[in-house]
Amino acid sequence: MQHLLEVKDLSVEFALRTGALRAVRNVSFTLNKGERLGLVGESGAGKSVTGFSIIKLISQPGYISGGSILFEGKDLAKMSSEGIRNIRGNRISMIFQDPMMTLNPVLTIGTQMTETVLAHMDVSYKEAEKIALEKLKKVYIPSPRKRLAQYPHEFSGGMRQRIVIAISLLTEPSLIIADEPTTALDVTIQAEIMDLLLELCQTDDMGLILITHDLAVVSEVTERIAVMYAGSIVETGLTSEVTMNPAHPYTKGLIAALPQSGGAGDRLTQIPGAMPSLINMPSGCPFHSRCTICTDICKVEVPQLEANKSGTLVACHHADK
Amino acid sequence: MIVIGFIGFAIKQSFGDPIREITGVSVSVEERNKLREELGLNDPFLVQFSRFIKGAMHGDIGRSFFYKKSALKVILSKAPATLELVFCSALIIVLFSIPLGIYSAINPRSIFSRIIMGGSTLGVSIPVFLTAILMIYIFSVELHWLPSYGRGETINLGGWRTGLLTLDGLKHLIMPSIALSSIMLPLFIRLIRSEMMEVLQNDYIKYAWAKGLAPRRVFIVHAFKNTLLPVITVGGVQLGTMIAFTILTETVFQWQGMGFMFIEAVERGDAPLMVAYLVVVGLIFVIVNTLVDVIYGLVNPQVRITGRK
Repeated sequence: MQHLLEVKDLSVEFALRTGALRAVRNVSFTLNKGERLGLVGESGAGKSVTGFSIIKLISQPGYISGGSILFEGKDLAKMSSEGIRNIRGNRISMIFQDPMMTLNPVLTIGTQMTETVLAHMDVSYKEAEKIALEKLKKVYIPSPRKRLAQYPHEFSGGMRQRIVIAISLLTEPSLIIADEPTTALDVTIQAEIMDLLLELCQTDDMGLILITHDLAVVSEVTERIAVMYAGSIVETGLTSEVTMNPAHPYTKGLIAALPQSGGAGDRLTQIPGAMPSLINMPSGCPFHSRCTICTDICKVEVPQLEANKSGTLVACHHADK
Repeated sequence: MIVIGFIGFAIKQSFGDPIREITGVSVSVEERNKLREELGLNDPFLVQFSRFIKGAMHGDIGRSFFYKKSALKVILSKAPATLELVFCSALIIVLFSIPLGIYSAINPRSIFSRIIMGGSTLGVSIPVFLTAILMIYIFSVELHWLPSYGRGETINLGGWRTGLLTLDGLKHLIMPSIALSSIMLPLFIRLIRSEMMEVLQNDYIKYAWAKGLAPRRVFIVHAFKNTLLPVITVGGVQLGTMIAFTILTETVFQWQGMGFMFIEAVERGDAPLMVAYLVVVGLIFVIVNTLVDVIYGLVNPQVRITGRK
């Protein structure tokens, strides 16, 4: 079966004055139709850059330096800017982190919705408005007709994120990339939004790439998970398997650091040290300076992703094979 | 407005003796004192001031010594010239600063943007009168393309003497309005550029790209509309400043407007006329700023909503 999305050896570099900074290093993963993948890792691990590079929206001076992004049989990495524009917002939609910032403050919700429809579909303004209304109903916005004429500042944060989700649904895409869609929201709203996203993906058989550092959310929503560290994927497999039996010491550390994994009153565990600077990467395994089971080989040789007995791919010299 | 009136009146008070200006040499001291009493010039400051304000409310700011007419009438007869000049300059500024500013914000590294930026630094640094004199030298003295002074042929339109409707009038308008815009235009290009570059950093611009919109729509609808807000605010203040700048331009080009009249009034010691000028310019400032607030509300929905409640 052909994959919906097949990312192979993707590398993204940022051209800095001091030289190229490799933010994403040889990342490969696949996504089937209707499948949900969680991309986790701490800040600066390259998960957002990976997500944005799929629709070639990396901010200057970043660029894709290698690899391919096969989406529905076409290589997005080699596509012209005209071609990628037909994919963006049409076949692949994005949901951004902060709904306060993603909607344009001086344009009505109606304008911001219909313009997306009109950019990709050959319909009249009236029909575009009808599609917008229908999608607003789908994300449970009450009295949608009235809402179309309103501006973003007249909505609450949770409502705005619903509208952003509605916008991403307009053209019935086959893939949604959600970059930390709940980070900027209240905890109570977070669950609401995630449930909505999950429900929509299931009913419309849409693929989802969920970029987050919230392991709890990932384990609820996604089927597969990829853990990123310093620009590379260090462990990937079924979400249930990876969260229950993490193989990579970094993943173990992340899960141990969750507040709910300790007993009440215990001190929170944390991974000692900080992620190495991407400009000045250490030799060998990027994680070795913070690793508790580090040996000599880790300081010299970069571990490759290899399958362990439960089918999870792990990049660690000491993972159980 | 009251503050402006006060300052204007204070200047009038400390500016020479009006009796000397009115009477001349051949009048005796007794007659002068009698006239002074009649005109109320011996009354205390505050009494005179309240009389001045009362007059101003009825449109009477005082009489020009030189023209022997109401100062307000003198100014109003000169105002069309100045307003036309400012209007044309504003038109030049709007027509050029918006496309140039947007272009240089979108392509900050291109050669053309660098030329615009370099040129605008030069434009800001050269004073108006130098630009004006240089232009007169090149286009009038050397090339004989454009007339160097005056308004040319004008048409009377219900009391408004306009130079906009005749070819000759328009020809006379070209150089003064370019000279007047020479300082503000670069300023606005830079303002629009920097504001636009800041707006382009915003998430909603990235989101607009992520929606697959055409570049034209992203730049003009999403980015430029947000750029406009600060530009309008500054623009309003600058429009007022431009009216003040006309003093220089009008003097160089012998333009029969309010600024030129003001300089003449200073030279002649015509205090009422100077005060009237101050009051009228102050009034224009107030009107322009009110208009700006209204326009701002039209562009920015957040202001509009709070205004409605």
